Amino acid sequence: MKLYPIRGGIHPDYRKDQTSEKAIVALPMPAALYIPLQQHIGAPAEVLVSAGDLVKKGQMIARSQGVISSPQHAPTSGRITAVTQVAAPHPSGLPQSTIILEPDGKDEWADLPEPIADPFAADPHTIHDRVAQSGIVGMGGAAFPSAVKLNLGTQKKLEILLLNGAECEPYLTCDDRVMREFPAEIIDGARIMAHALGTPKVVIGIEQNKPQAIEIMTKAASAFAEIEVVAVPVQYPMGSERHLVQAITGRETPARKLTADLGVVVHNVATARAVHHAVRFGQPLVARVVTVSGGAIREPKNVLTPIGARIADLVEFCGGFAARPESVVNGGPMMGQPLASLEAPVVKGTSGILALTAEEINNHPTSPCIRCGTCVTICPCGLSPVEMAAFIRKDKLDGAAKLGVMDCVSCGSCSWACPSHIPLVHYFNYAKGVLRVLENEQRKSDRVKTLAEVHNLRIEKAAEAKRAALAARNPAPTVPTAEEKASA
Amino acid sequence: MNIVTLSGPFTHASNSVQKTMFTVLLALIPATAFNFYLFGWPAILLFTVTVGSCVAVEAACLSLARQPAKTVLSDYSAVLTGWLLAMSLPPWAPWWIGLLGAVFAIALAKHAFGGIGQNVFNPAMVGRTAMLVSFPVVMTAWVMPHPLFSSGAPGLADAIAITFGGHLPDTVSAASALGYIKTELSRGIPVTQSMAHVPELMDMALGYRAGSLGETSAILILAGGLFLMAKRIISWHIPLSVMGGLFVMGAVFNAVDPARFASGTFHLMSGATFLGAFFIATDYVTSPVSKKGQLVFGLGCGVLIWLIRTFAGYPEGMAFAVLLMNGLTPIIDQYTRPRAFGRSSKGEPLPLEKP
Repeated sequence: MKLYPIRGGIHPDYRKDQTSEKAIVALPMPAALYIPLQQHIGAPAEVLVSAGDLVKKGQMIARSQGVISSPQHAPTSGRITAVTQVAAPHPSGLPQSTIILEPDGKDEWADLPEPIADPFAADPHTIHDRVAQSGIVGMGGAAFPSAVKLNLGTQKKLEILLLNGAECEPYLTCDDRVMREFPAEIIDGARIMAHALGTPKVVIGIEQNKPQAIEIMTKAASAFAEIEVVAVPVQYPMGSERHLVQAITGRETPARKLTADLGVVVHNVATARAVHHAVRFGQPLVARVVTVSGGAIREPKNVLTPIGARIADLVEFCGGFAARPESVVNGGPMMGQPLASLEAPVVKGTSGILALTAEEINNHPTSPCIRCGTCVTICPCGLSPVEMAAFIRKDKLDGAAKLGVMDCVSCGSCSWACPSHIPLVHYFNYAKGVLRVLENEQRKSDRVKTLAEVHNLRIEKAAEAKRAALAARNPAPTVPTAEEKASA
Repeated sequence: MNIVTLSGPFTHASNSVQKTMFTVLLALIPATAFNFYLFGWPAILLFTVTVGSCVAVEAACLSLARQPAKTVLSDYSAVLTGWLLAMSLPPWAPWWIGLLGAVFAIALAKHAFGGIGQNVFNPAMVGRTAMLVSFPVVMTAWVMPHPLFSSGAPGLADAIAITFGGHLPDTVSAASALGYIKTELSRGIPVTQSMAHVPELMDMALGYRAGSLGETSAILILAGGLFLMAKRIISWHIPLSVMGGLFVMGAVFNAVDPARFASGTFHLMSGATFLGAFFIATDYVTSPVSKKGQLVFGLGCGVLIWLIRTFAGYPEGMAFAVLLMNGLTPIIDQYTRPRAFGRSSKGEPLPLEKP
């Protein structure tokens, strides 16, 4: 397949060989699981259990609330010990509502929904509903409820389901391993999703640094004419949705539009596998593969982890720390978030846990910008980080907004490449946060204004109606009008 | 457990400002070493004085600004400025030219604007032009090559007399090729005739000619420039557009009137063309950040160099051209921003093409 170039990008040290040849191993069931109600983008789930309840594996323990939300299921059988506040896997380390489950060791499945006998004959809504009920979210890290994206086919004509197997973040190998060990499950999931979306074509994009995955997936896809496996260049951030779509289709997603507007829907490979489990076996998403790696980890591994296992459990399973980690990162080193505590649990979007040494992070004090222009050259979004940063440093966020800071995808390439070690992407994340708050405030005040206007209009109308009614009851005017006087 | 929470990314390229500056210094070594050999001890002394003065002035400015002198000095930027300034001076110029040039370059052009990264104009070129405008005689006192240890080359004692005593022997003075052509033209002698008296093209390229302390060897400077490109410190955009602009102007006008205008090749090989194109105009701080902007900037430099060399009072125009374009850099930056992903060059979202 002809590929199209994408702008900029970087070639960081990938360091995937620490785990790429390590087969997926299951984490022994920890003593307790901590299942946050919010593991996805959207509204948190609403809890359905209380302390003391006995639950079975796969039983829904929190239901989705609203259109963009996702339910949670018990990752194993056991007893609910509490529904309480526990540190979230977030840089702030702030507590969030979490269900604590004490496994009983039996790992007994609940009565699961019936498998969908012939998914390719099923109504797309049936598949959508099953994916929604199964708590499946985007497993590449963003954790957007997958069912919402599967529904796009009902709104517009779609051409391509693009499975993202780029895995462009350094260190991470969980998608690589899943593709190498469960290719048939991914292909089946992809076909089901393509059916639900109504896309005639499936493209699986994999970066060239995963030759085994490319070979295995190509072989698994060979039976299906509509599926094509494409080796894409190794160029961070190739796994960015818009950039992968551009590399494969040559189409550039307009600003403020979705790739779906171009007829392309992107899902992660592991998400396709979760869809396969949900549709074929009725199994909800209760576990995921997490890459545990980094120079400070004694035995880096790809670990099949029940949702809710503490990060400390994973670290312990991987032999603990061989060296003092400078940072422990949730996700990849480029876009991942620092963890404030190892007590936080693994969630559906946790692709990696990296314990990194100071040497790997290579952090240095910031020095003044020397205007080398590297950030401008490598920005995959065509922005001018040096100029935006200058505005943000002076707190002139309007200026940064005009230069397109809201178009930044926070890939971190500019920070990575900056010889002065200026935390550029941190500036942009700050600016985006503040600008979003301002925008929300503006929207709120606009809404209040509209409501007030409507309210006044209604009161006026009511008053007028009242006057009219009064006039109708007393038809004879007590005071003659000027006209009547004149005619009299 | 106590973990340091930094913000991402949690990995970084192995580059730094210090490494960048150091690599540029490395790239300058061959051309500089050759010119040390060519112009002997006085050149080495002047170079030492100039670089030393730049570092001293930088340290003084930092201490005035109450900044940590040690950490900032270790970025080698003052050394680089001093080195480039020295390379642009006549090799047997007296010590005070190096010192005064350093004051103009570091104190006035760099620290008065806020230090590294803040200056609008190339510090080394500000230093050079300030000296050229103030002391035109001293700054155009060129000498023919006197290779080290050759007969007639000044020994260390003679060199000290030349650099620190101001005893420039009358007999050694020479004109640069650019200066010679210009003088002859003013006497009514056409370029076609005067060209017979400038060094052969090959000698010019190798660097066996009169000229500034570091500018004579086009080949060694080119080697340094290619090394910087291989190291991804600079890209081809500025060097090629500077030389392209200059060459095209030279070639076109030479074709029109060869008696009045020197050829494009002559312009490329003479003066500070290579040094300027690879090491001066490419200065990060004072050139545009986008590749498109760098092309505009380079072309502007090339055309201005030709204009100044051809029509202005000075035989060489590199420093002036670079400074003029430095002044335009903020405007060039503003008009040559890359097109954002998903947007037109005007910043509007792209129209949605129907699949």
